[in-house]
Amino acid sequence: MKQNNNKAHKFGMVIDLDKCTGCGSCMVSCMSENNVPFKEDESNKKDSITWMRVYKLTNGKSFPDTEIAYLPRPCQHCGGKGDHGHSPCVSVCPAVATDYGYDTGIVSQIYTRCFGCRYCMGACPYHARYFNWWDPKWPEGMENYLSPDVSPRMRGVVEKCSFCYHRYQAAKDTAYYEGRDDIEEHEYQTACATACPAGAIVFGDLNNPAHQVHQIVKPDPHPDPRNKHIVGKSRNPKVFRLLERLGTNPKVYYLSEREWVRKQGDNYLDGEWDKIKNYHGASSHD
Amino acid sequence: MSERENKTENGSMESVGEGTAGEEKDDKGLGLGVIFFIVAFVACFLSGTLLFPKLLYSKKEQPFNFDHALHVGEAGDCETCHSFREDGSFTGIPKLATCLDCHSEEVLGETEDEAVFVEEYVLEEKEVPWYVYSRQPDNVFFSHAAHTQTAGMDCVTCHGHIGESTSLKPYEENRITGYSRDIWGKNIFGIKKNSWDRMKMDDCAACHKEETGHKGYCFQCHK
Repeated sequence: MKQNNNKAHKFGMVIDLDKCTGCGSCMVSCMSENNVPFKEDESNKKDSITWMRVYKLTNGKSFPDTEIAYLPRPCQHCGGKGDHGHSPCVSVCPAVATDYGYDTGIVSQIYTRCFGCRYCMGACPYHARYFNWWDPKWPEGMENYLSPDVSPRMRGVVEKCSFCYHRYQAAKDTAYYEGRDDIEEHEYQTACATACPAGAIVFGDLNNPAHQVHQIVKPDPHPDPRNKHIVGKSRNPKVFRLLERLGTNPKVYYLSEREWVRKQGDNYLDGEWDKIKNYHGASSHD
Repeated sequence: MSERENKTENGSMESVGEGTAGEEKDDKGLGLGVIFFIVAFVACFLSGTLLFPKLLYSKKEQPFNFDHALHVGEAGDCETCHSFREDGSFTGIPKLATCLDCHSEEVLGETEDEAVFVEEYVLEEKEVPWYVYSRQPDNVFFSHAAHTQTAGMDCVTCHGHIGESTSLKPYEENRITGYSRDIWGKNIFGIKKNSWDRMKMDDCAACHKEETGHKGYCFQCHK
């Protein structure tokens, strides 16, 4: 039987922080695409659910040197140490409610399997996971606008960004129907990538050199010689990942021309940044 | 079933054996106990197998009867009515518009059911509220295209010989989960003789394991 024998994908994202205006379109499109519940009163942000969240960065200088940047943060879909699929959240889940898809590189979350222990939330270094403290309540009539392609969540389970996996399923469905082996780059794009008015979010297959995301990131096929757990480091010196030195190997990359923005991707000791800033992102290979 | 009964028989034999070793008085009480145990066990077993499914599932009749065999004879195959959309998604149970490709306000056949269909649904322009036997839970994604188009599977493999049936069986809904009985299967013990007897996740996984060598990652079938 012919199926599941395609070359493995590694879906990833690169976000240009110099293009991002912080408008929040990605957050809105994500919420409506994925039936993300909201509270009657959203002023308490501590228990808000935001699969995609835009953080504000500042260089900490006073006028007139103040600079602002915005950092959208979806689930980073970590490959874990050595990119073997041992993501921080997947490793700790006692219910196998979250697993690593070796065919796509996407970290799943199965709501009916989750029993809400929240180990994964503790393990995630990116605060990408959210707990449902209440059953979702939709204003009357709004239930008709929910997406039938994404199952709604109930009280007591954890949820997170899925890289709009249902869009991948739909694209594959079309490909199967048309007798194609694989999907095209434009057929599978996340809601945030399509909604971004600045075109700051680029999504695609990091394993496919024809995809734009691969051309921007230029992922290093070799492990980092300084830390063999780090795989897929960008060979573009302007590209970085969040908390890259942890070895979580996120599939979300960030791009910025500004050095102070790149420095915000991790915590550095005094003087540490200057030693590695040129190395950071760039590989010693080639 | 037979295993359990053997166990109780063995159990009672042992206890009778122990009883004969002691005084004769105890023997009588023990014998009564054994009889009581067997009677209670049979009562529990029968209520569990006969009564429990009736309690667990509520029966609902379809809006009117549908003769699959007749329609397959007229239309030729399943795909005529259960078709794919252009984007490769599956339409499932046809909408009224599909029926009206052949039917009209005039009754074609002689059955009462068609008269009901025309009067209550065609003339009223109302969709028929069919109960779907194979409806999966909300969080399940299933690609018909992957299975029938790419893998070349028959409808029968999962849906059974529904195309040869002349009447619709009552829809049985699990009172606790709200799912169709066809998901768990008719057999309350979950015993499966044919590939279409059950539609549980384990059945998907077993077939995937056999055919592709891997039962698949969660997101392959979940959403």
